[in-house]
Amino acid sequence: MSSSLSLVAVALVCLTTLVVGGLGLRLSRRTSDFYVAGRTVSPRLNASAIGGEYLSAASFLGVAGLVYDRGVDMLWLPIGYTLGFLVLLVMVAAPMRRSGAYTLPDFAQVRLGSRAIRRVTAVLTVAIGWLYLIPQFQGASLTLTLVSGAPPWVGGFVVMLVITLAVGAGGMRSITFVQAVQFWVKLTALAVPAFVLLFLWLRAGQPQPVVPTEWHIPLTSLGPDDHPAYRTASTVLALCLGTMGLPHVLVRYYTNPDGVGARRTTVTVLALLGMFYLLPPVYAVIGRVAYPELPEGTRSDSIVLRLPTAVVDGLGGELLTAMLAGGAFAAFLSTASGLAMSVTGVLDQELLRPRLARFTGGDGSAIRGFRYAAVLAAVMPYVISRASEPLGLATTVGLAFAVAAATFAPLIILGVWWRRLSTTGAMAGLVVGGVAAVGSIGITMAVGGLSGWPAALLANPAMWAAPLALLTAVTVSLATPSRIPASTRRTMVRLHTPERVALARSRIRD
Amino acid sequence: MPVSSDLDEQTELGDVYLDRLMREQLRLSLSVLALTVLALATLPVLLTLVPATRTVSVLGVGLPWVVLGAGVYPVAWVLARWYTRQAERIEGDFTEVVEHS
Repeated sequence: MSSSLSLVAVALVCLTTLVVGGLGLRLSRRTSDFYVAGRTVSPRLNASAIGGEYLSAASFLGVAGLVYDRGVDMLWLPIGYTLGFLVLLVMVAAPMRRSGAYTLPDFAQVRLGSRAIRRVTAVLTVAIGWLYLIPQFQGASLTLTLVSGAPPWVGGFVVMLVITLAVGAGGMRSITFVQAVQFWVKLTALAVPAFVLLFLWLRAGQPQPVVPTEWHIPLTSLGPDDHPAYRTASTVLALCLGTMGLPHVLVRYYTNPDGVGARRTTVTVLALLGMFYLLPPVYAVIGRVAYPELPEGTRSDSIVLRLPTAVVDGLGGELLTAMLAGGAFAAFLSTASGLAMSVTGVLDQELLRPRLARFTGGDGSAIRGFRYAAVLAAVMPYVISRASEPLGLATTVGLAFAVAAATFAPLIILGVWWRRLSTTGAMAGLVVGGVAAVGSIGITMAVGGLSGWPAALLANPAMWAAPLALLTAVTVSLATPSRIPASTRRTMVRLHTPERVALARSRIRD
Repeated sequence: MPVSSDLDEQTELGDVYLDRLMREQLRLSLSVLALTVLALATLPVLLTLVPATRTVSVLGVGLPWVVLGAGVYPVAWVLARWYTRQAERIEGDFTEVVEHS
């Protein structure tokens, strides 16, 4: 499959990202602009930006690939991706905005006032961000290789270069515009070919895919000792809880004008995601009609990109493929730049700025430090993505969610709703949840041949690791009442009192 | 003196009001989550208990595909909107009370 049209589409998307990023450069002057766009983003723009940032390679290519592969059961994934925002809405959206923190480590510091917890959350933020960046680079490589025959290192490299330039140039403000545009680019790029494919399929008399009956029935076993109900429930829980802990999602909430705006933004996000996720199953089902089996050694993640030329002849097929390739790149670029932005922010604040400030000081060096951090944030995961075996786009993303669900979700939920959370308890919860989630995933990847319940529990740790972390945090907090931060009451007033109530002392100024 | 200054100064009285606000909000949030879990569990339970539902089709598409592929999203959106209205109402009432009492 060779197509200069697809290359043009990919180049256009990359250029647009850079140009819009460049516009942001002229608007960004103060350091706070780099982080939160001066906090003047309207709910609708912000919702598009969140959607644009959130819909990654896993959603654009991975979901259709998994549904193609395993059938209706995999529709639980987009449901989890979407419901994550419902959980975020009801548990943390408004209080998180009112906390006035820029990043998760900031929130940890505001709420618990502990440098140690700040450092642990910083490390976790970078780890989750990098884990999530890896499949974006792999997806880009897969796409570019498929449409142009380029060597596998090129696609990921292009994405890495573009996001480093875009993030380093404009910071958050440019990224907000870029992300908002990217959502609509992605939706159009996935919708138009889907409608063409659907039309042709209807005209052909709705041929049914030849599939095993399990393909149509939820919660069926993949093998003799598979535990589909547990596996699915744990995955959905990981996605639901993990969303609130993803660094690139949370940072968006700081750009809302107030708590009420944060909630309204989230409602719009749910609508946008719901629209988008109607599309991947279309590719999966029609994909099964066109390709009852994929050629040996082909990843099912590629089904979306293969389908148009299989169904539509000549220029039409190439145009649709070009559209999808462009949309896929929009997905990689937007998610990757959002993640790189958050990781950059944390690296800059925790690692580089304290060191650079010692030499020079002043705003000039602050922005230079930010740019060094941007390079570091993108290059590291690219190197890892080249060194590691691809696991499947949606699977790797799922791991990032599981880690976030077992570490940040308990911390944030307890931090927002429970006054008796102590610093020792919070730290214990983070450590237990982190070790449990990372350990299980590490064992699953390193040790093959596990079967039955141990395999199911280790491959999908969220269902037990998240409650375990929560319980640990609660138990240890109850045992260490002397370590409850003295500022707890003031922080709670700040997190929960509506903005309309005038508070002179408790409110933060921003 | 309105209660808002009690909140601000973190007096015992302010704390009582804050506590009530948090409880109300948390109760609302947890009921939304409970509804969500209940709704999500309905389909698998239905498919298990009434095997006939596995092959039922709506407009030529299998029931599981319709529910999981499309049906969930509008429901989630309606629930989110309802939650947001309720949460804003709780905050409105709270503002009313602490600024005018």
